[in-house]
Amino acid sequence: MGRITLENVSKVFGANSAQAIDLISQGKRKAEVAQACGAVVGLRDISFDVHEGEILILMGLSGSGKSTLLRCMNRLVEPTVGRILVDDVDVTKLGRKELLAFRQKAFGMVFQHFALLPNRTILSNVGFGLEIKNVPAKQRIDAAMRAIELVGLKGWESKYPNELSGGMQQRAGLARALAADADILLMDEAFSALDPLIRRDMQAELRELQRSLKKTIVFVSHDLDEAVALGGRIVLMKDGEVVQIGQPEEVVARPATEYVRRFVEHIDLAAVMRAGQVADGSAVVLAPTDTVAEARLRTVAGGSDGWLVADGAGRFVGRVRAERLAAARTGETVSGLLDLDPGIVAAEARLDAVLPQVAASGAVAVVAEDGRLIGLITSRDVVRALAARPGNSSSQTQPAGADRWTGTSPNSPSTRSATTVSTGSPSMAAG
Amino acid sequence: MPPWLAILAASALTYKIGGRKVGLLTLGGLLFLWNLRLWQATVETLVLVILATIAALMIGIPVGIWFALSRRAWRTFSPVLDMMQTLPSFVYLIPALPFFGLGAVSACFATIVFSVPPVIRLTALGIRNVPSELVEASDAFGSSASQKLFKVQLPLALPTIMAGVNQTMMLALSMVVIAAMIGAGGLGRAVWQSIQRLEAGAGFEAGIGIVIVAVILDRSTQALAAKARPHGSA
Repeated sequence: MGRITLENVSKVFGANSAQAIDLISQGKRKAEVAQACGAVVGLRDISFDVHEGEILILMGLSGSGKSTLLRCMNRLVEPTVGRILVDDVDVTKLGRKELLAFRQKAFGMVFQHFALLPNRTILSNVGFGLEIKNVPAKQRIDAAMRAIELVGLKGWESKYPNELSGGMQQRAGLARALAADADILLMDEAFSALDPLIRRDMQAELRELQRSLKKTIVFVSHDLDEAVALGGRIVLMKDGEVVQIGQPEEVVARPATEYVRRFVEHIDLAAVMRAGQVADGSAVVLAPTDTVAEARLRTVAGGSDGWLVADGAGRFVGRVRAERLAAARTGETVSGLLDLDPGIVAAEARLDAVLPQVAASGAVAVVAEDGRLIGLITSRDVVRALAARPGNSSSQTQPAGADRWTGTSPNSPSTRSATTVSTGSPSMAAG
Repeated sequence: MPPWLAILAASALTYKIGGRKVGLLTLGGLLFLWNLRLWQATVETLVLVILATIAALMIGIPVGIWFALSRRAWRTFSPVLDMMQTLPSFVYLIPALPFFGLGAVSACFATIVFSVPPVIRLTALGIRNVPSELVEASDAFGSSASQKLFKVQLPLALPTIMAGVNQTMMLALSMVVIAAMIGAGGLGRAVWQSIQRLEAGAGFEAGIGIVIVAVILDRSTQALAAKARPHGSA
């Protein structure tokens, strides 16, 4: 439960909407439509899927239509044309009564400025959705208390919103959305009004909650760092259009347009990039059965203080330090020289989590989930990866492993093809 | 009911609404009026004011809600409200006379018409000023229009509506005094008579009486409005 499909959704504000829709279907952009008939295009021909149980982040600057798009999903804003399917129910076709019932059942919403009723206690606020559903008082209070405990507000339920800090108020807002037990959470800049420290805590907690509750979350944000912290797919919007869809590291590594490149320009690369992208896969890999002579021959070019060893299936076995190889007798095989304590990191690990290990031991090996060796990260690789911001002049410094582990096709600005990127988000496993 | 009992009852009521200060004010003020032999007139005035106010609220609050929810109704009838408030108050006495003749009924009718605009206006204003994010939140959770009205809009508009109630009551009082011209009883008649008989002293006493009634009503309704405000604010 909680799958959302958007098909060719457009929203036009102002008069001449029919004409504007016509122009949109001819491929005209927002500015062209405004010039031709004066209508304001809020959303222009948007199609993508929100997978069940994922965090999807709608991103863009203000005015890019991200909040409008969010509100189209539960029809707080009526889309002018297009279909929106939630678990095979066409939301756009629901009648007034059905729509109210569907909102009660399927959607919980969290607002930027909390939108708690000031005249009600936290408990009463959290139970609001259930009250609307006409759930009996006893059951309502039980469910509200469970939600309050879930967000860590136990003990505050009899307070009023203005007695709570902003962070706590937003916890209450989140509890209200959770209490009704809807499958989908719509979060509109939910953490933007909080100060940075609280915001980071809330982001981490939302991720935890999402992992245990398996809700589908659509999160509107203008903050790329937030998107990275939440660790879901990003839908980047501009002028009412979707510009790019993908995991944060894909968007950063391969921005679809100049706009995206500028959007991601200031992102902390170490937080976005994965070890698998940074790893140098071109280095020589020795086999445990290689003799010392063979090994010396293969590593004659030097350039490293150690070599990776993998078995015939590509599985990582260990590491041989250069001085050890040089000191060894020629009759020995590589398996006898192995460093028994090599640093290993998962390909999905975030680069910033790997940095301390690299700093401590000079190099770490990166392995895929199945144990297959991907490559080595040395301090040099880290520096190179961080310098290789897309759009910087030296394009050949693209991290060597970038294409190896994700296994996805390069992103295109066209939304349909990009929606097929891996659903099991690697970031969720990285933790 | 003997006056002393009524005075005690009224004081107890205002004490409950507005606390010690308002309670003592009511007690002292009403005892003073009793002492001035204006008790009968005071009661007549109070009854007229309260009846007219209740009637005005019963008309004004639903109309105010309608104006708040329908932009068109608001635009159509807003000028009518403006006109009702700018016309001199005693003009309302004229249309009342042919229908109801001289007396308290005409007075009541004119008073209602004169005092209803503030509560309409402030009810509409209060509902319109409910933050749009709160209205949106209630929509997002699937509220029907009536759930939205009774669970969100009216409770949040209540302080503003109570300010309207206060205004309406004050206007009703001022109109009840003027309505003495068409035969309404009470303190207004005492003033009216002393004007005609050039009795400055008696007129002054009745005037003081009106002020006391006004202060009691105003403090009590303001205390009610303060209670309606959301928890902890202002």
